[in-house]
Amino acid sequence: MRAVVKQRSANYNSLKLEDVLETRLFPDLSDNQGGESNSAPRQLQAGVTLAKRYAIQEVVGLGGMGSVYRARDMHFPNVTKLVAVKEMINSAPDPLVRETIVQNFEREANLLATLHHPSIPRIYDYFSLDSRSYLVLEFIHGKDMEAIISETSGFLPEEQVLTWAIELCDVLDYLHRHKPDAIIFRDMKPSNVMINSSGDVILVDFGIAKSFQSGIKGTMIGTEGYSPPEQYRGEATPAADIYAMGATIHHALTRRDPRLEPPFSFAERPLRRINPSVSPELEIIVSRAVEYDPASRFKSAAEMKDALMSVARKTGLLVRMGPGPQTGSAKTGGIKPLWSFKTEDEVRGTPTVFQGSLYIGSYDNNLYALDAADGKFQWKYPTDGGIVSRPALLDGNIYIGSEDKRLHVVSARSGKVVWTYYTNGPIRSSPRIAEGHIFIGSDDNHLHAVNLTTGRMAWRFETADPVRSTPFVMNELVYLGCESGDYYAIDFRGALKWRFHAKRAITSSTTGTPQALYFSSVDGTLYALDPHNGWAIWRFRLGKASISSPCIVDEFVFVGASDGFIYAVEAKSSKEIWRFRTEHQVNGSPVIYKDSIYCGSVDGNLYCLEYRTGRLRWKFGTEGAITGTPLVYDDVVYVGSTDHQVYAFLA
Amino acid sequence: MNKIFNWLFGPKSTPTKTLDTANTAPLTDQQLQAIVSNQNPRFDMQQLISAGGQSVGKQRELNEDSLLAITSTMAGNSGNLPFGLYIIADGMGGHQFGEVASNAAIRTVAGYVLRKFHSYLFQIKTDTMDESFQEIMLAAVSEAQRAIQREAPGSGTTLTAALVLGQQITVAHVGDSRAYFVYPDGRIETITRDHSLVKRLEELGHISPEEAENYPHRNVLYRALGQGEILEPDIFTVAFPQSAYLMICSDGLWGVVSEQDLVRSITEASNLQRACQNLVTAANTAGGPDNISVVLVQLIG
Repeated sequence: MRAVVKQRSANYNSLKLEDVLETRLFPDLSDNQGGESNSAPRQLQAGVTLAKRYAIQEVVGLGGMGSVYRARDMHFPNVTKLVAVKEMINSAPDPLVRETIVQNFEREANLLATLHHPSIPRIYDYFSLDSRSYLVLEFIHGKDMEAIISETSGFLPEEQVLTWAIELCDVLDYLHRHKPDAIIFRDMKPSNVMINSSGDVILVDFGIAKSFQSGIKGTMIGTEGYSPPEQYRGEATPAADIYAMGATIHHALTRRDPRLEPPFSFAERPLRRINPSVSPELEIIVSRAVEYDPASRFKSAAEMKDALMSVARKTGLLVRMGPGPQTGSAKTGGIKPLWSFKTEDEVRGTPTVFQGSLYIGSYDNNLYALDAADGKFQWKYPTDGGIVSRPALLDGNIYIGSEDKRLHVVSARSGKVVWTYYTNGPIRSSPRIAEGHIFIGSDDNHLHAVNLTTGRMAWRFETADPVRSTPFVMNELVYLGCESGDYYAIDFRGALKWRFHAKRAITSSTTGTPQALYFSSVDGTLYALDPHNGWAIWRFRLGKASISSPCIVDEFVFVGASDGFIYAVEAKSSKEIWRFRTEHQVNGSPVIYKDSIYCGSVDGNLYCLEYRTGRLRWKFGTEGAITGTPLVYDDVVYVGSTDHQVYAFLA
Repeated sequence: MNKIFNWLFGPKSTPTKTLDTANTAPLTDQQLQAIVSNQNPRFDMQQLISAGGQSVGKQRELNEDSLLAITSTMAGNSGNLPFGLYIIADGMGGHQFGEVASNAAIRTVAGYVLRKFHSYLFQIKTDTMDESFQEIMLAAVSEAQRAIQREAPGSGTTLTAALVLGQQITVAHVGDSRAYFVYPDGRIETITRDHSLVKRLEELGHISPEEAENYPHRNVLYRALGQGEILEPDIFTVAFPQSAYLMICSDGLWGVVSEQDLVRSITEASNLQRACQNLVTAANTAGGPDNISVVLVQLIG
C-alpha cells in the first residue's frame, strides 16, 4: 500500500487532493493498527495545494491525529507568507466519535479565534476536506522546548528557563482570566511550548484546552507525567495547569522526563538534588507548583508569576531582561534604587532629563545637574529661594522658576546664568515653552508671557489669585487655573477667550486633548472641560481635595487626591475604572510609562501600578513624603523626596 | 491669527532658521491654496443641520415611537455655539401604553435639558454652568424614569438622546435604539451599545453575530426606561467627527435595513431630509415590521 501511495505522490503536482485521499481509503479500512503506525504515508507531500491556497512545503511536526505542515499562503504571491497547517485525520469508524472529533477540532479553532496574546499563535483559517480537517495558524520560527532540552548538553541556564516560566505564567494567567469562563490549557508540557526566534514562548496545541465551568467534571485528557492527580479524576482547573507548568519547568531544569518517572514523584526529586546550580528560591516555587494537593499550590498563575519575578529580581536577571513584557508584578521588596543623590533640603520639584543629565530643583535653593546614569554631581546653580517646580529645556538652556520671584535661564552645559526675569511674587508654577515664548504663572497674580530671545515680557494677564499651576498650551490658547478657583483660556495676545470657575483653588496643572481639558481642584472634583468654550463635559467626585495634575493615556485619566487614592477614570464616560489606596495624601502627579503608572504619596512611597487594573507592581519607601512628580525616561524612573534625596529606579 | 501673533511677539528666536526657510520666489498656486485652506476653518462658523423621518411601518396599527429634534445656535461671548438636542424613544411592545412611555420620556428629557439651558439660549447670561453635560443628561434621564413610573406604570421605553454643544456630543442611552456615525466614505460606526438580551449573549460569546441575526427573542431588553428600581443609563461624550452624520434610529430601521443600505440611503441622497425619507422607505420596503424613527444630524463648517 505504501508503495502505491508513494508512486502516486510523485505526481502530486498534477493531482487534486481528493484523488490523493481516495487512494488512502484502503489502508484506513484494512489496517486495524489505528492511526499512528501508518501515519507517515498519509502525510501530504510537498507541492500539494490545500483549498487552492496553502502550498505544503514540509512536515514540521507529528500530532496524535495527523501532521503539522509548513505551508505557503498563495494569496500573497509577491511575498512568502508562511503558515502552519495543522491536520487532523478523522478515521474513527463510529459516527458519534467522528462527530466529537470534528467538534473538538472546531472548538480549538473557535477558541483560538477569540484569544489575543503574544504567546498564543494567531489563527487564520480552518476548513475540512472529506475526513480531514485543517487549522491554518501563524507559523512560528523556532523550536519546541522539548527539542531544546534534548539538544542541549548539560543543563539549561536557570535564567533562560526562568524567563520562559514567567512568560508561560503570563499566558496561563490570561487564559485563566478568560471571560465568561476560564480556559484550562490542560496539556502544558515542553513539546507544546515553542520558543520563537526572539526567544519568547508560544503555547501551541489548544486541541484539548477547555472552558472551565466550576463543578463540572470533564474527561481525563492530558499527558501522563505532566498532569496532576486530580486531572485523572476528570477535574481540570487552573490548579491543574499550574501543576503541569511546574512539571514543565522541572523537566527543563533537570532534563528528567516526567513521563519516564513514577507519577507524582516530584516531591522525591527536588530540583537542586539533580541540578545543584538552581537557586533555592526557584526550587521552592517549583515544589509548590507540583504539590499533590491542589490547595497547596499557587492560587493563580499570576501569583506564581509574582513569585518567579521576585526570584528574577533577586538574581539580577530582571535587570538584564530589560523592561519587555516580562516586567511584571513583584509586589514588595527587591526594589533598589539605581542611585540616589542627597541635596541639602526637601526635593518637592520634578526632574527633567536632557542629553544624559538630570536637572532638578531643591528647597535648598539650588538647581542641580546630575549624571542621569549614576547620579554623579555635575553642577549646581544657586537661586535665592526654594525650587518646587519642574525645569523646562530648550536649545541648551534650562528655564526654572524659584520662590525668589525670578525665572532663571541657565546654560545646561555649564550651569551659568543666561538671564533672569523678575515677577512680583514667588514662582511655584513651571514654565511652559511654546511659540517662541515662555508662559509661567506667579504668586503675583499674573500669567507672564516672556519672549524667549529678549527675555522681556511680551504681556502679562492678571488673574484673581496666585497662579501655581503650570500653563497648558493647545490650539493657540493658554489654559491655566489659579488659587481663587478661576480657570482661564487666554489667546496669544493675552486676551481672555473664556473663563470657568471651580469652587476652590485650582493648583493642579491641566492636561488636555483636542477633545477635553482635564484638571482637578481643591473642591474635590476632577473636571473635563470643552477646550473651545469652557463648558463642563463632566465632573468626577474625588474623595477629597486634589492638587495633583492628571495624566491621560488611551481612554483613561489618572489623578491623585488628598484622600490617599490614585484614581483611574474613563475619559469618555467619567466612570471610575479603579482606585488605589496609598497610606497618605497623594499630592504629586501620576505619570504613565509603557503599561505602568508611577506616582508618589505623602506616605513616602513611590508606587508602580499596572495602569489598566491599578494592581500594585512594586513600591519603594523613601524617608520622606513624595510630593513631586516622577519622571520616566529611557526605562528609568527619577523622583525627588522630602527626605532631601533624588532617586533613580529601573522602570 | 499667526500674523497678529508675529506682529505682537516679533520675529521668532533663531535667525538662522528663518534664513533657511526664506523663500523669495512667488508662492505657487498649491502653496497659496494650502495657506487659504489652513486659515479658512478658523473663521468659518460651525453650524448644525438636521432632519427627521417617521413611519408607523406596514404591520402595526399604532406608533409607539417618539422623536424630537431641536437645532439651534447659542449666542455667546466666545462666539456662537451650535446647540442641538435629538431624542428617539421606542415604547415597548407587549407593555401597556408603550406610546405613553416614549412620549413621556421625550417630553421629560427635553424639558429638563432645555430648562437647564434656557437662560443661555434665551436670556443674557455669561457665567458658565455649574453642572456638566453628563450630569444634566443623567438627571434628565432619572427624571424621565420617575415620570414614566408615575404616568404609565408598568410600561417601558428605549431612549437614545444626544445633546450637541459645540463639537461635543453627549449621549444618554437606554435600550436598543441606536446612535451611529456614518462617514461620507461609507464607514458606519455604532456608538451606543444595545441593552438587549441578544446583544449581551453575543458580547459574552454565547452566540455568534450570525446566530444573533436570527435569535428568536431579539426584542427582549435587559434595561429600559421606566423599568426596574435602579436605572443605569450609558452616558458618554464624544467629539462630532468632521463631515460625518450622526444618526439616531429605532430598531424599526436598523433591525431591517442592512448597514450597507443605511449608508447608501444617506450618502446617495441630495440632502438630509431626502436621506431620512430614503431610510424610512428602505425599512418599509423591507416589510416595515415595526415603527420606524430616524434623525440625521450633521455639523458643517
